[in-house]
Parts: sequence; structure tokens; C-alpha cells
Amino acid sequence: MNNRIINWFKFASPQTFYPLAGKMIPWFWALTALFGIAGLYIGFFVAPTDAQQGEGYRIIFIHVPASWMSMFIYLVMAFWAALGLGFNTRLSGMMASALAPTGALMAFLSLWTGALWGKPMWGTWWVWDARLTSELILFFLYIGFIALQSAIDDPRRADKAGAVLALVGVVNIPIIYFSVKWWNTLHQGASVSLTRSPSMAQTMLWGMLLMALAFWMYSIAVSLARVRAIILERERHAGWVADLEEVRS
Amino acid sequence: MDGPSLPAALGAVIRRDLLLAMRRKSDVLTTLFFFIIVVSLFPLGVGPEMAMLRQIAPGVLWVAALLATMLSLNRLFAADHADGTLEQMALSAVPLGVLVTGKVIAHWLLSGLPLALLAPVLGLQFDLAAGSLAVLVVSLLIGTPVLSLIGAVGAALTLGVRGGGVLVSLLVLPLYVPVLIFGAGAVEADLTGLGATAHLSLLAAFLALAAFFGPWATTVALRIALE
Amino acid sequence: MLEASNLECVRGEKSLFRDLSFRLEAGACLMVQGANGSGKTSLLRMLCGLAQPAQGEIRWGGEPIRKLAEDYRGELLYCGHAGAVKDDLTALENAQISATLAGAPVDEASARQALRQLGLKGREDLPARVLSAGQRRRVALSRLLLEKRRLWVLDEPLTALDKAAVTTLCGVIDAHLATGGMAVLTSHQDLPLAADRIAHLRLD
Repeated sequence: MNNRIINWFKFASPQTFYPLAGKMIPWFWALTALFGIAGLYIGFFVAPTDAQQGEGYRIIFIHVPASWMSMFIYLVMAFWAALGLGFNTRLSGMMASALAPTGALMAFLSLWTGALWGKPMWGTWWVWDARLTSELILFFLYIGFIALQSAIDDPRRADKAGAVLALVGVVNIPIIYFSVKWWNTLHQGASVSLTRSPSMAQTMLWGMLLMALAFWMYSIAVSLARVRAIILERERHAGWVADLEEVRS
Repeated sequence: MDGPSLPAALGAVIRRDLLLAMRRKSDVLTTLFFFIIVVSLFPLGVGPEMAMLRQIAPGVLWVAALLATMLSLNRLFAADHADGTLEQMALSAVPLGVLVTGKVIAHWLLSGLPLALLAPVLGLQFDLAAGSLAVLVVSLLIGTPVLSLIGAVGAALTLGVRGGGVLVSLLVLPLYVPVLIFGAGAVEADLTGLGATAHLSLLAAFLALAAFFGPWATTVALRIALE
Repeated sequence: MLEASNLECVRGEKSLFRDLSFRLEAGACLMVQGANGSGKTSLLRMLCGLAQPAQGEIRWGGEPIRKLAEDYRGELLYCGHAGAVKDDLTALENAQISATLAGAPVDEASARQALRQLGLKGREDLPARVLSAGQRRRVALSRLLLEKRRLWVLDEPLTALDKAAVTTLCGVIDAHLATGGMAVLTSHQDLPLAADRIAHLRLD
């Protein structure tokens, strides 16, 4: 038992994680390209044109995976945050701050593509649809997290403060989602929903799944790269960083 | 050793903060006048048709209450942080969570409660009926403590941080969304004849949840800020 | 009773001190000395549990202070740079309220007595705003007389005090040590203490 804990903490040290992440990144990029190309091919060439929505609907191959990722990344962020607060491991905080910009990007992509889809569908760039509205608030939560962390100079305090905020946020997200949904049904009656198309064709589902995988791989690759940058920045005075090949040259 | 009496300590913190506020009334009054002015600006912006005003009244009053509460968040811990009192609180034999709860209660007594009591007068400007005014007051009475509890977390997180005042709004306002929806929703539901009970019970549920987690998160955040 | 082992303090990227260990028994006093920025205040805040050491541990009666939490804080009195004196409250209110917040309420008579002992006779009911820096410091130090704590951690207690007040304060500290109390303090001035069990710790 004890042995296993030590093993886990070994990977939690920035020094061991840095080269490990470096080795993993190319693989995740390759997988991103693979899944992305396959997903886009299915999305654009294989999936049939929708009877009601025409070609415009194809934006969901970006929109839906981006929305999924934006929510999932917040959960992962909160998980790292809790780990960092509980065990005081340095890497956890770095992970959380590395994930935040990607999460914000996903939320932003989801909003943007939602607006792009809304224009041909409903003739307006923005509808106060429950999902879009919660996505907007999620985007605000990401921005708050990033703003808080960048306002605090001491990285240890920034990590901890961000962790508390992420945990408060994660308790709130379901409540926010549920409230917005209630608010939406009261105000709009039967609202049009972005993802509830009548019956999704099998190929569309596949395309979406592949794109979601591509987004996953992209998020992992980018976050790992970012976490490596954060490690270098924070540990720049540590002996092992000075010995790195890329630092010496 | 006999531990210190927690209810006595809680009462003492509340009394202290109220006493300090009495010695410096302008802080409290500024928040109230902000609330009054913001609400009074809306008819000037959207025009004086009574039907329209009645329709936007719940939202306007609640958003103004949200903003007014947020303005007052800065004074929650900042002064105590600056003069070292917060350090002493963190080192007290009384658990910090109890002292924090006391401070949040005092904050509500000085911001949320006066807002709720003032709201019906402003509601009259918007031609709300007596029944709706009562619902408005009740919704504010249940909802504003949640704002103080969540706001305290934000205030603690941004303590002594660059641009803390603006930052706290960025952190806290998204978290206020559910309270806004159900607070304003309660009044609206009453206006449309649906009955506000469901909304009010949900607000009360939020209050229970915030009362449980809020002081704990605030305590953690304060200890981080003091380190 | 108070025991520190292998403490390390890191400020930003600089290590201020490392492998710092000491023991403090009942009735003993530890004077922490060092230049500005050598980590005196950081050490004192660590001893209170306000800051966490990067390495090492602090124990009280054999138990880590992190575990003891409120039980430890009930034995501790910390007087930092900021005196925790409120401008809008009178000297008397300040003394009473800070005792209550610390978890040890005192009645008005003993609060007045303590203020008088520190030379604030006649100023008990003045708002702290109109008091001088030295007088405000005395209000802050009245806690030493009002809260019965075994370990005193005092950061530059002499700041802004005049000669008479320094003598009074030294008497108070001596009495505390004589009854088995402990004190950790920093000071740039010499503290004319009568106690003989004074250890010195230099941080460089």
C-alpha cells in the first residue's frame, strides 16, 4: 500500500513529469490529427444532408464536441484542484492552470459555433437557449478563474485560491444549469434545442464521436505542452531545469 | 480546558461589526443609495409606460440588489485584513468558521436586510401590487443571505490582490445567477398568477446549501490569503 | 514544550533559512535576531501556524501544531506588526473586543485595569483614532495582560514605545516568564529583561 502511494507521488513531481509529458505530446498530436481527419471526413462527405436544416447543421460536428469538452475540462480542473488542496502536490495546481485556457477556448468555440448555427436556423445570432446560456456562464467562470490566478503573484497562493474557486464553481455548475433550464422553459415554452434533432443518423453520431475524440486528444496535447511551460517557468532556478538539453542550448 | 463559548463569540462578532458600521454610517448608506439610484434610472432609460415597468420590475430590482451587495463585499474583510484583526481572528481559540459566519451575518444585516426593507418603496415606482411587493420582500429576505455567503468566498479569495474590487465581481456574479433567476422569478410568477411558492422554496434550498458550504470555503480562502 | 525541527522558509524563490531547530521550555525566552528581510517575521508567523514551513515541523507538547489547531491557538498569543486596533473603537472597546474575539472575554473592570497598568489612564474612552502611535501600541499590548496564554509570540513589541513603556513591558514579560510562560520575540533594540533563561537565535 505504502509502496504504491510513493510511486504515485513520484509522478506528481514536476521533475519526473516534465520529460514524461514531453514524450507523450507527439502521440496525442498524432491522434488528434487521425481522429480529426476521420471525423471531418465523415462530417462533411459521408453524413447525409439534413432534410430540415440543410448543410448548415454540419457545424454541430464542432459545436457539440466543444460543448462537451468545455464542461468536462471544468470537472477535470476541479479534480486537480481538489487533489492539490488535499495533498499539497505542486503538479496538481499547475495542471489546473494549464487546463483553464483550453476550457475557456472550448466554451468560446461552443458559443461562437452556436451563434453561427443560430443565424441560418432561427434568423438570429443569439437565442437565450438553456444550453447556450449555461455555456455563457461557464465561459464567465473560466474567465474568472484565469483572472484570479493571473492577479495573484505568488504561484502557490494562486494555485490554492484558484482551487477553492474551481471547487465552488463545480458545486454551482449543476445548480446553474438547472436554474437556467427552469428559467428557459418558463419564458419560452417549448424551446428549440440545439442538440435535440429529431433522429440522429448513425453516421452523424459516428462523426460526432470521432470529433469528440479529436477534441479530447487536442486538449490533452495542448494542456501537457502548457504544463511543461509552467513547470519550466516555476522551477527555473532548480538544478534539474538547468541541466535540460533544451535549456542549455 | 474549557473551550470558548461559540454562540457568545458569534454574537460578539456580529455586535462588533454592527458597532463599527454605526460609527461609520456612510459605508452602509452609500450602498443603499446606490440601490435606489440604479433602480430609479431604469424608468428614465426605458420610458414610463406602467405595463412595461411592471413587467421589468422584478428583474431590475433584483439585478440592482445583486450589484449593491457586490459593491459592499469589499468592506467585508479588507479593513480587518489591513489592520491585522483578521490575523488575530485566524489565531483565535474560536474556530475561524464561527467568526466568519458572524461577519457574514453582520454583512447581511447591513446590506441585504436594508435592501429588502427598502425594495417595496421602490417597487411602488414600478406599479407593483401589494401582493407582489410582499413576494418581492420575502424573496429578497431569503435570497440576499445567499448573496452575502457566496460573496464572502469571493471577497476572501481576492483579499489583498491587485484589482480585487473589480475581480470580485467577475468571480461572484456568475455564481449569483441561480439566485437572480429564482428571486426575480418568484415575483414574476406572482405577477402572472402562478404562485411563488416553488421559487421561494428553491431559494430557501440554495440558502441551506450556501450556509453549509459558504463559511467553510471562505475560511479556507482566508487562510490561503493570510499565508 | 515548543519545538521546531529543521524548518525551512522560502520567500518567492529564495530560501531565507533552512535546518532551523530549537526547543523552548517553560519559563524560557527566545530572542530572534537578524537583519531586515532575514525571515524573522516569517519565522514568527510559522510558529503561530499562519504560514507553513517549506520543510520541517513545529510541535507543541510533542504534537504537531497543524493537528492541534484550535487547542494550540488557545495557548498562543501573537502580537504582529499590525496591532489589530480599530480606529473607530475606544481603547477600552478595543481591549475588550479583541479579548472576546480571541475566545477569552474579559469584564470591563479588568480591561480598564490592564489599560491603566500600561499607562493609558484617562484615555480608556477615547477613540483609538486620536491616540498616538505609541499609545495605540499599548492598547494592542493590553492583550498580554488580559488573555491568559502560555506562549507569547511578539514581533517587534517595542516599536513606537517610550522608555517608561519599555520598562513596563519588560516587567510584564518577566512576570510571564517567572510564572512558567514562554516567549518568542524579535527586537532591534535591547530588551532589558531580568529573566536569566534567554536564548538567542540569529538568522542570517
